[in-house]
Amino acid sequence: MTDLASAAAPKMKTSWWRDDASEPVRRNLGLTGVLVALVVIGLVSAPDTFATSGNVLNILTQASAIGVIAIGMTFVIIGGGIDLSVGALTALSAVWCTTVATQGFGGGGMLFTALVVGTVAGTINGVLIAYGRLVPFIATLAMMVGARGLATKISNKQTQPVNVESINRLAENKLLGIPVLVLIFAGVTAVGWVVLNRTTFGRRTVAVGGNAEAARLAGINVRRQTVLLYALSGLCCGLAALMVVAQANAGSSSQGDLYELDAIAAAIIGGTTLTGGRGTVIGSLLGVVVFTTITNLFILNNLPTEVQNIVKGAIIVGAVLVQQFQPRDLFRKR
Amino acid sequence: MTDSADTPVDGPPLLTLTEVVKTFPGVRALDGVELTVRQGEVHCLLGQNGAGKSTLIKVLSGAHRPDAGQITWQGRSVSFADPQAAMRAGIATIYQELDLVPDMTVAENILLGHEPRTAGFVRRGAMRAAAHTALTRLGHGEIPLGRPVGRLPAAAQQIVSMARALSREARMLIMDEPSAVLAHDEVSNLFRIIRELRDQGIAVVYISHRLEEIRQICDRVTVLQDGRTTAADLPATTPTAELVGRMTGRTLEHVFPPRPPRAPSGELLRVEGLTRHGEFSDASFTVGPGEIVGIAGLVGSGRSELLETVFGARRPDAGHVLVDGRRLKPGSVAAAVRAGLGLAPEERKSQALLLGEPVQNNIGLASLSRHATAGFVRRGAERAAATEVADRLELRPQDVGRRARTLSGGNQQKVVVGRWLLGGTRLLLLDEPTRGVDVGARAELYQVVRSLAEDGVGVLLVSSEVPEVLGLADRVLVMREGRIVHEARAEEIDEHTVLDLVMAGSLLEGAAQ
Repeated sequence: MTDLASAAAPKMKTSWWRDDASEPVRRNLGLTGVLVALVVIGLVSAPDTFATSGNVLNILTQASAIGVIAIGMTFVIIGGGIDLSVGALTALSAVWCTTVATQGFGGGGMLFTALVVGTVAGTINGVLIAYGRLVPFIATLAMMVGARGLATKISNKQTQPVNVESINRLAENKLLGIPVLVLIFAGVTAVGWVVLNRTTFGRRTVAVGGNAEAARLAGINVRRQTVLLYALSGLCCGLAALMVVAQANAGSSSQGDLYELDAIAAAIIGGTTLTGGRGTVIGSLLGVVVFTTITNLFILNNLPTEVQNIVKGAIIVGAVLVQQFQPRDLFRKR
Repeated sequence: MTDSADTPVDGPPLLTLTEVVKTFPGVRALDGVELTVRQGEVHCLLGQNGAGKSTLIKVLSGAHRPDAGQITWQGRSVSFADPQAAMRAGIATIYQELDLVPDMTVAENILLGHEPRTAGFVRRGAMRAAAHTALTRLGHGEIPLGRPVGRLPAAAQQIVSMARALSREARMLIMDEPSAVLAHDEVSNLFRIIRELRDQGIAVVYISHRLEEIRQICDRVTVLQDGRTTAADLPATTPTAELVGRMTGRTLEHVFPPRPPRAPSGELLRVEGLTRHGEFSDASFTVGPGEIVGIAGLVGSGRSELLETVFGARRPDAGHVLVDGRRLKPGSVAAAVRAGLGLAPEERKSQALLLGEPVQNNIGLASLSRHATAGFVRRGAERAAATEVADRLELRPQDVGRRARTLSGGNQQKVVVGRWLLGGTRLLLLDEPTRGVDVGARAELYQVVRSLAEDGVGVLLVSSEVPEVLGLADRVLVMREGRIVHEARAEEIDEHTVLDLVMAGSLLEGAAQ
């Protein structure tokens, strides 16, 4: 493989491993290493409970809602933005789709409502950013505060129990032994990978985030793409909201609390750069699973949650430090 | 008015450069520069774009270290490790892009980095006093010390920058085209300040393209061409013809492809009265299919802005752009691209390339939907098309999977051109296509542009290198201060005439009246 490349380019002697092309793979390898280490710790510290299929599926189920949000977040960040409103949009969609009126339309109506509410709110984010020229941080911060407030108002600070059978059973349903929620997460991840790597939408996302001016001068509608990215993130929140509702059998304005931090953290430790233009769906998937596995390990070993958060913080810093580290930096002056 | 020329100073040399050489990969930017600056004189550096002026400034200010040669400063041989070292030695540089902090006050900016302080606390009174002293020395004690620099006009900012140099006790001031940002009357004020500084024994190295200005302010002139000193210590009264002669006739190390011997026929692009206030006005011209039209002009003459407006990246205040006789929607890049226009912008890296992405994606960026079915990119088709373009442009390395970052400047430019080639562009707008491209690759790019023209593509080329415009274009437009002042067939005009037109000091002709 390298022979062919070097024949075409005699001057470039870099191997594939050192080449930029391998960078996402290297990053994901590091994260896979962390996951393997966590599994080893799990096997040693809780040999009876950790490796059971029930526990593994439990981890994945726990990861599913936040995972769906993290995929949407990955697109936004690759496109050069940030979405702080995902937790609040999840709550808003959850509350809106569990009102008595909406529940009257059944499971399909609830799903539809959740998706529309999330997408519309995301579109508002996008329009404010692309056409109102608000900084993404500020626009989505405002949406985060506002949407949470609206959710509280709609629910009247009450938890709204779900009486729709199909939704209540969703979290317990399994297909070929795998929980439906995990299958949804897997499906969203697969679609996300295909969209990012195989479609014009994905290409434009990378172009807009990597070099907005170059994208504009190549005839790409940067504003439209920006709106679409935030709408996509909102859509993911809507879907995640239904998954959260299905797990709790209720909708509440306190759902999705701090999801934005988990989703951003997962994307970042998965190798997506906050400056945009670079990132992978698989990395974010691994990021979410690593975080959920840590939580799981702490619960299995009856360790306090505050220590768990210290470990998570350390992992974020460590992952980014490892990603920034380039072996050749050691040999370069300044 | 021109008293400066009458009183040449013969003080001891403050700064002497001998045989200074600076090489960058592929380019010998400085190739034996000689320069002597005396105490209390205004010394002009003259040269075309690419002659090495910028590199020389960077060597003097400590930003670059020379590869060979000697710099003698106040009788001692020196080598500045960094700009701070040059500053400590007493050399201050005032760039066109002023290095001021816009949100800090005038006084804070002047004393930035050497504030008077006691145990870490800034002595604000002492700071204001020092700032005031420096401004008064420049005759501008009226500039409010407490105002944020960002809210001052450009001329005042320049004075703050000079005050900073004074507060650091600079003995030599390097000014890079200081008049470019100033209005007419502000220029004469600047000259008054420069003369006063000179009388206080400070040396000023003055860089400008405007010959008339040089006559007014300078004591001596050093001319650079191709990184070499072609004339040192000329008196400022040297006739224009001789000065221009020293700057031109550069040995072209690259060959331009021959022009086809046919008259251009037809019309592809027509620009009528295109105007953007403050940038350019009333630009009208045409480009035919297969024709290369070159625009010669200095940086700041409005050429890049004109090109971007034609492309729809800026919205015109007046006038319109017609392709095939149909008006383009103003201010819409998408409309221009649909009509068959393509732009290779001036700043390749920041305006054109996705450096971290493969060449294939970069080439395919403008024609994504062409190689896609229902939103899915047909990567095989795209790769084949990109490879074909890469072959045609002789891209090296040919592998289109390589990241754009790893390519040389010339090959990166080919990627940008290839992007439009793949998109079926019929009119290519090239803004400084050979900037940062080494000599060997330039000839190749010229060949590429000519062969595109032979295939019927119209080309509108902007370059500050006059020989490039003359060598490559069929027809030449000369731009000065936002206006097209001359048009000629390339065979019928020479470098000398173009330079004269480009640099003519209309600014001071106006001010002198």
